[in-house]
Amino acid sequence: MKFTKTLAAAAAMGLALSGAATAGSHGGDPLKAGFIYVGPIGDLGWTWTHDQGRLAVEAEFGDSVETSYVESVPEGADAERVMSQMARSGVDIIFTTSFGYMDPTINVAADFPDVAFEHATGYKRAENVSTYSARFYEGRYVIGEIAGAMTETNKIGYIASFPIPEVVRGINSAYLAAKSVNPDVEFKVVWVYTWFDPGKEADAANALIEQGVDVIMQHTDSPAAMTIAEEKGVYAFGQASDMSAFGPNAQLTGIIDNWGPYYIERVKAVMDGTWESTDTWDGIAEGMVQFAPFSDKLPADVVARAEATIAAIGSGEFSPFTGPINKQDGSVWLAEGEVADDGTLAGLNFYVEGIDGELPN
Amino acid sequence: MDFSSLNAVAMIVLLIGAATPILLAAIGELVVEKSGVLNLGVEGMMIIGAVTGFITATTTGSPMLGFVGGAIGGAAVSTLFAFLTQYLLSNQVATGLALTMFGLGLAALMGRSYNGIKPPRTERLEVPGLSDLPVLGELFFSYDPIIYFSLVLVIAVWWFLNRTRAGLVLRACGENHDAAHSLGYNVQLIRFGAIMFGGACAGLGGAYVSLIRVPQWTEGMTAGVGWIALAIVVFASWKPWRVILGAYMFGGITILQLSLQALGISISGAYLSMTPYIVTIVVLVIMSADRKRASLNAPACLGRSFHASH
Repeated sequence: MKFTKTLAAAAAMGLALSGAATAGSHGGDPLKAGFIYVGPIGDLGWTWTHDQGRLAVEAEFGDSVETSYVESVPEGADAERVMSQMARSGVDIIFTTSFGYMDPTINVAADFPDVAFEHATGYKRAENVSTYSARFYEGRYVIGEIAGAMTETNKIGYIASFPIPEVVRGINSAYLAAKSVNPDVEFKVVWVYTWFDPGKEADAANALIEQGVDVIMQHTDSPAAMTIAEEKGVYAFGQASDMSAFGPNAQLTGIIDNWGPYYIERVKAVMDGTWESTDTWDGIAEGMVQFAPFSDKLPADVVARAEATIAAIGSGEFSPFTGPINKQDGSVWLAEGEVADDGTLAGLNFYVEGIDGELPN
Repeated sequence: MDFSSLNAVAMIVLLIGAATPILLAAIGELVVEKSGVLNLGVEGMMIIGAVTGFITATTTGSPMLGFVGGAIGGAAVSTLFAFLTQYLLSNQVATGLALTMFGLGLAALMGRSYNGIKPPRTERLEVPGLSDLPVLGELFFSYDPIIYFSLVLVIAVWWFLNRTRAGLVLRACGENHDAAHSLGYNVQLIRFGAIMFGGACAGLGGAYVSLIRVPQWTEGMTAGVGWIALAIVVFASWKPWRVILGAYMFGGITILQLSLQALGISISGAYLSMTPYIVTIVVLVIMSADRKRASLNAPACLGRSFHASH
């Protein structure tokens, strides 16, 4: 699979290169922005929302920007090759949109000092490498509250991809939220070790439902779990985009990634020559994290609470990681009233107290 | 640890669902390889089957027609491979890989306007009286028709290969195509037919993914099942009944590890995710340890192009 994806990516790059070479010989070129995606655009989840961001850039700048993308690029060495080819083809700014592209981005950026790199969800920066991410954990706190209120079996299933800080933050945040409205709630976390494999995601959803789970949360990219939730009559949340088409009865709401404004801002910065390496981590307040419409299955008090939480997080009044919070082993992480700083959150690698099971490493 | 909530029957039902696409694709590829052709394009044919099956089912409203559509779609793309390798004598490995890439791309293109649509539901096959039995009813009579069909298909393939003259001729093409040719058999035509049968099976497996296992269409949704099917054929040492064993074992370990995690057993998910692959590798190593036996099973002309020089 990997092998063919690489070939496909290489072939795609070959085409992109030949196209770029002819276009590059004229003066007064449009600015070129490249995007590297980990899944297919048609995943209707993570990659799809990044591509929506790319389209927003095109809509904003029209002919003065030319965008290109390579989809389904495996994380690791293959990514490095695709990025190098893209950089060599005369692209001015490259967005690499998956955590696993972190080291490849840093390596390739060192070879192309004149190209601006933007790496999503990572923490390694360089002179020409910015990082950006969204505070999805803010969104997950809101849907965690809803899940805690809506579960009748008190069992919430969580389909997790890889044990990286981004995912662990989401689990912790959702758990704390669910626990705050429902002290009896129990989280069942299943690690599938993939971002995109509809079959496996569906199997995981089935296995969770078999264990009595009646609300499913996911941190994988496809709408497979939503489809299964609809079929089995349990609730679920849209991931990265509104997935209500796959689960008109199942979807309670969803976290929507809104990358467009950030992409527009960064491309503009390259145009103006003001681009410099930064670290952006925006959330509900900035509009990078948004929500799908609330389902009419939600009682009014649950909706009211969710809206209040969204407002409180948006205004900075409240942070999901506000003490007292203990680590899973019972030791103190945050004292009463203490709020976790971004550095700690960026490297979060433990469960909070109350979550069963061992966090794989 | 509390295993009591682990419902073995429900797990078996899940594992058979996870294994059936692999089983269908693998039994088709087994016939292809028995005829002496190595078609690495299983993944591509599956994804084509997934999209054509999905399109047929949603347009006609009939899941059964959907499966027919999936099989036809898979067979249709396989004729491309068959024409290139049998009549233009292209390299089978390269052509197979190309078929996979072509299939993934074409399927994405065909499925563009089918995102977010629900396919018609495939009803389970209810056997009056039997399906309601406790445990046994769920264990044996609670599946969709395709699962029963896949098992019947395996038996039929076994019977065809080992008990019929046509099966013997097909195997002869795979063992020694020159000898088959000198006896007057049309090697290319027989292989062409075998490849199409393999394509139809792969397409059916793909349709099973998009119509039953995950009833939706998403690009790249077969996510590597075709490659596993290829491995299962070798794992099964080209014996039909062992294909069932291999596919169900693979499906079983996948489901078991997900269920154990859902149960909260603290065993590293990374290792569990690896297990199906590790077990496959171990079995391959054990099997190939005895070279004579391994080579007895593999079709002697596997992957070799046939060109009638006279």
